[in-house]
Amino acid sequence: MSSVARFTESVEEGRRVLRFQGDLTLSRLGPLPTRLDRLKGRDFLIDISGVGRMDTIGAWIVHRTARDRGGEIVGAGEGAATLLRQVEKADLPVKVRPDPPAPFERVLTQLGEATIEAGRTFVGLLGFFGAMLLSIGYVIRQPRRFRLNAVVQRFEVVGVHAFGIIGLMSFLVGIVIAQQGAVQLRQFGAEVFTVNLIGRSSIKELGVLMTAIMVAGRSGSSFAAQLGSMKLAEEVDAMRTIGVSPMEALVLPRVFATVLMMPLLGFYAAIVAIVGGAVFCWVSLEIPPVTFVQRIREVVPATDLWQLLIKAPVFGLIISLAGCFQGMQVKSDAEEVGLRTTTAVVQAIFLVIVLDAFFAVFFTEIGWL
Amino acid sequence: MSGSDDIVIEVKGLRNSFGDAVIHDGLDLEVKRGEIIGVVGGSGTGKSVMMRSIIGLQRPDGGEVRVFGEPMLDRDDAQLQGVRKRWGILFQGAALFSTLTVAENVQVPLREFYPRLSERLLDEIAAYKIVMVGLAPDAGPKYPAELSGGMRKRAGIARALALDPELLFLDEPTAGLDPIGAAAFDQLIVDLRERLGLTVFLITHDLDTLYTICDRVAVLADRKVIAVGTIPELLALDHEWIQEYFRGPRGRAAEEAMEAEAEARTAETNGGTEA
Repeated sequence: MSSVARFTESVEEGRRVLRFQGDLTLSRLGPLPTRLDRLKGRDFLIDISGVGRMDTIGAWIVHRTARDRGGEIVGAGEGAATLLRQVEKADLPVKVRPDPPAPFERVLTQLGEATIEAGRTFVGLLGFFGAMLLSIGYVIRQPRRFRLNAVVQRFEVVGVHAFGIIGLMSFLVGIVIAQQGAVQLRQFGAEVFTVNLIGRSSIKELGVLMTAIMVAGRSGSSFAAQLGSMKLAEEVDAMRTIGVSPMEALVLPRVFATVLMMPLLGFYAAIVAIVGGAVFCWVSLEIPPVTFVQRIREVVPATDLWQLLIKAPVFGLIISLAGCFQGMQVKSDAEEVGLRTTTAVVQAIFLVIVLDAFFAVFFTEIGWL
Repeated sequence: MSGSDDIVIEVKGLRNSFGDAVIHDGLDLEVKRGEIIGVVGGSGTGKSVMMRSIIGLQRPDGGEVRVFGEPMLDRDDAQLQGVRKRWGILFQGAALFSTLTVAENVQVPLREFYPRLSERLLDEIAAYKIVMVGLAPDAGPKYPAELSGGMRKRAGIARALALDPELLFLDEPTAGLDPIGAAAFDQLIVDLRERLGLTVFLITHDLDTLYTICDRVAVLADRKVIAVGTIPELLALDHEWIQEYFRGPRGRAAEEAMEAEAEARTAETNGGTEA
């Protein structure tokens, strides 16, 4: 019964006749539309009396042929006639694609939009920071409004849950520094200075920097995604109308927890990296742990630790601010949540590295070599 | 097979549970070709879960589901493609792809199943489908985020209808629409059924929809379909929930509206014959 749609062309009584046969349905269409496009000539008599089943797409093709080639449709059964009327009624000039802008114009537009966006982000971030400071002010005046439970919960998510991955990462980084350092220093017969390398670089730079990157990836992104989805679900609006400040309820606990957890995580990362280095030194360079620890105490000045403890909270502030800020910027749809999350992480890591460079210069200037 | 040809959806002994909570147990349902069947039930009775089991998004614990006579359970994707070509689904939130325009959304099933269609024909099909579901002609290049709730549902229907399906699943199509929009939507579904000979599986809480467009109503309660029938048939049953559902203040209002409309229609035809 069911057969592929096809058509034949003939001349009868001086008129060109187009005869459709088979099932004019989407699944049976096959190459019919292409063949129809190749057909030349106008003013056909379109006979569809031989058509089996027909759907709207079949009807559309018949209608289109009649419309474009100025033909006349004959032999339509009741069902087919209804379908043809329906598609004819639906034949309005519909825009399907957005108008493409000129290429040159598009580049300029994108450049301009990116510039404006960068400016807006900077101003917005500054404004967000200000709003946060204000709400810290409120909370200090009314300490009851401080949400201890939320903060403690964030401690767990940002800090405790990150222990495993940060520990593993730092341990491996410690081993890598020790191994690479040892290979280079061996050329000068200065293998023993591997200990200096591990101790100073871990505590001063790597511990806190690697931690910041990990926290930005783990927590900064999750802040942005959480707040973004909450904004989409109108939870943030609901909070505002109930009289709960989203700044106090959502942003402050996250910022507070990150600022507090970063020094702890950074210190922990530095220590684990040193342990990793120590293990390598013990196994490969035959420096026993006791000697290793003694050397570390001799070569690492207390100022290195101060540097870590000063930098870490600042990095935490940047990461959590970027995450929360981007999350709160979400307006339209789920795709934006993803984009904002990416932006939050990129922004956080970028700012952390830029600031780290500033810190390095600053600490050198004040004599904390 | 000719006997089962008239049954489009057949569910037998369906069992669904989430952990300890048993949602369905021994649920049976048959949907006939060409009918609009409404599924009602209190919140949490598993209306959506039932639909998801039928369309293969939820793996039931047990039972049998057949669509167009084809068993749906324990089949791989390739075997189900043939069935998927023949149905269209409108999800509760329309579930339009947010990165695609309305026209592109409509074209997705066409491109997936019929990659040989020319761009021009695809654009034309998208265009007339958009008009058919009652969207404005300039809606084509818009993104879902730019549409209102009602327009989004219409766009969702346009996508569901892209392949000219025989079976349409609608999950609460009129929820969140204003009464005028909802009535227009009901009309649209009836129109489409008449035009295209669709079978419609409709989950709804909208009593007006039930009264105006549904041929039969299936009532979900106590983990199974407790009754299927026309509304008068259901009203004749002595079940507390059914009585409360249809006889409550909202149910009565919908019934009265329906009766008034029917009366007006008979008066009109009588007047016509007298004159």
